[in-house]
Amino acid sequence: MKSSRLKSLLSLAILLSAFVAEAGRASWEISSSIDLGMRIFMENPRWPNQDDATTQLSIAGTTELRWRGDDSRASIIPYLRYDETDDERSLADLKEAYWAKEAESYELLIGINTVFWGVTESVHLVDIINQTDGVADIDGEDKLGQPMINLEMQRDWGLIGAYLLPYFRERTFAGKEGRLRTPLPVDTDNPQYESSEEENHIDLALRYSHFVGSVDIGLSAFSGTSREPRLLPNADGSALIPVYDQIEQLGLDLQYTDDAWLWKLEAIVRETKNDSFNAAVGGFEYTFYQVADSTTDVGVLLELQYDGRAGDQPITLADNDLFAGIRLAFNDTQDTAVLAGVGYDVETSETYVNIEADRRLGDAYVLELRARIFTNADAGDTSFAIGKDDYLQVQLSRYF
Amino acid sequence: MKTNPMKSFVAAVVFGISFSGPIAANTPEDQGFEIAARSDRSDLGFGNSRVELQMILRNAAGQESTRSLKISTLEKADESVGDKSLVLFDTPRDIEGTALLSHAKILDPDDQWLFLPALKRVKRIASSNKSGPFVGSEFAFEDFTAIELNKFDYRYAGTEACGALQCDVLERLPKYENSGYSKQISWIDQEVFQIRKVEFYDRRGDLLKVLELDDYRQYQNGVWRAHRLKMRNLQTNKETDLVYQDYSFNVDLGSKDFVKGRLSRLR
Repeated sequence: MKSSRLKSLLSLAILLSAFVAEAGRASWEISSSIDLGMRIFMENPRWPNQDDATTQLSIAGTTELRWRGDDSRASIIPYLRYDETDDERSLADLKEAYWAKEAESYELLIGINTVFWGVTESVHLVDIINQTDGVADIDGEDKLGQPMINLEMQRDWGLIGAYLLPYFRERTFAGKEGRLRTPLPVDTDNPQYESSEEENHIDLALRYSHFVGSVDIGLSAFSGTSREPRLLPNADGSALIPVYDQIEQLGLDLQYTDDAWLWKLEAIVRETKNDSFNAAVGGFEYTFYQVADSTTDVGVLLELQYDGRAGDQPITLADNDLFAGIRLAFNDTQDTAVLAGVGYDVETSETYVNIEADRRLGDAYVLELRARIFTNADAGDTSFAIGKDDYLQVQLSRYF
Repeated sequence: MKTNPMKSFVAAVVFGISFSGPIAANTPEDQGFEIAARSDRSDLGFGNSRVELQMILRNAAGQESTRSLKISTLEKADESVGDKSLVLFDTPRDIEGTALLSHAKILDPDDQWLFLPALKRVKRIASSNKSGPFVGSEFAFEDFTAIELNKFDYRYAGTEACGALQCDVLERLPKYENSGYSKQISWIDQEVFQIRKVEFYDRRGDLLKVLELDDYRQYQNGVWRAHRLKMRNLQTNKETDLVYQDYSFNVDLGSKDFVKGRLSRLR
């Protein structure tokens, strides 16, 4: 597995050097950042073999190399992360490594890219092109670069994007020493695929997006390897094996923007070999601007999640949950912002508290705080496994 | 996110005032409108433009922080809709690549999309936030976008010296919803009809901010642009300077460059 991934990255590097050669002496714009992160855990871990240190340190670095010509551009963004406790959290990735050719209303992009689809805040159902870097953060918003050939066509009536995805990226999971994992660790070295082509199955996707007045709409279709694996015990019961099924998925994302209201909806229909289910998330965000004559904006978010998947499908935490949150934007020079939210499972009462705060320090540093608390999970509930993994994360990033 | 005051074309088409003709109107309201329209019309036909600028934020203690950004603007030939604009941030580095796309309207709320590069996410945002500070500066969103001629009612309030020039003084009252201002007073010179100074009064009627526009230069296409704007907040003693480099006009920009699908492909 690892060596084939390496080979793919290597061949991409060779491909890229060709693009770099084409770019010739034209100048590349370079910017970099380094993130130093520390997680502080409140309790001892629940499962055997998990490291019981209270703190977990990690360091990550990114460099963005960008080049732009008259009608083409290129981008290379390597990403490296080292985690002192959990080997599976250490990662070398290319978030972007592409070359794109632009014509009047077309664009052809070849290489690795990251693409986001969707509108909601509490769960991202429609977003499917990129694999989730599950160990980077539990919010599912960190992604792994996806190799693709992407053709985009812009018309007065909207944007059409077609994607050919020739290589599959596996999801990252915490290792056996790591926190925030399943009772048995996931054996990411031995994944199984429904397709005999395994990670070389060619996935296809199509997306249409546009806006009419106050309504923004996106329609998407995907056929290929599910980004979410099922997790099945291995033969000797020592680990869980990720099983990646073939799926067909249709997605809809919709936003209606009216005054200070944002109304949002995402819905999917997913078909697997022997099952089919729907999932949806919808809600609103309303913002009170400049409260009490200050420059602070206060946003209120409410989203309802529904997921009709059966028990033998990949596990999700967002199955029948209510999410409520408050967003504070101080609109100061340092862009100070806070998002505090609670996810509550209506059936099981499992509760997830999430607080995120960000502030720029000076011109080149950003301080991020994250607090994540999991409560009210009984044995058998989905979040029971991580019930002792409440943590506070402090991250300082330096930008160059 | 327009940076040049007064660029609606309604006035020129509907009223057709001759460029150098004297202003002869019956009421202070008519006279005010016609002075504003003449100033606005001096900008007509610029097509599209691109400019790089620095935004320097200064707090009451004099501490500075700087943002660098690029603004592209597309003039809409149809005067019943506003211009389209695109703001792209270069610094601070942590927001590099953040972009704001605006399709301005005359009296309805603008259509606005924000691109967040960390998530590669395009978000449609509510544009009712007219009076909110733009990226922590002393400029409100409406100071950039709400400068179409017909967004205000006007009243002529006299003539005053403004530096070496003579200026017409106009009161202008926002007609659009959600403005943070009860009124503005603007000084427009009588020589090349450009705005030299604006006072902003808050909802209580107290003087809130003063904007001074300097370093006007005329380009080959005839339009004037201020290259130094200073906004002072008199209630907090904070300041924001905008320092523009040279504008490029009629660069290779079209409608296709001002669509939300472009936001993730700007760099």
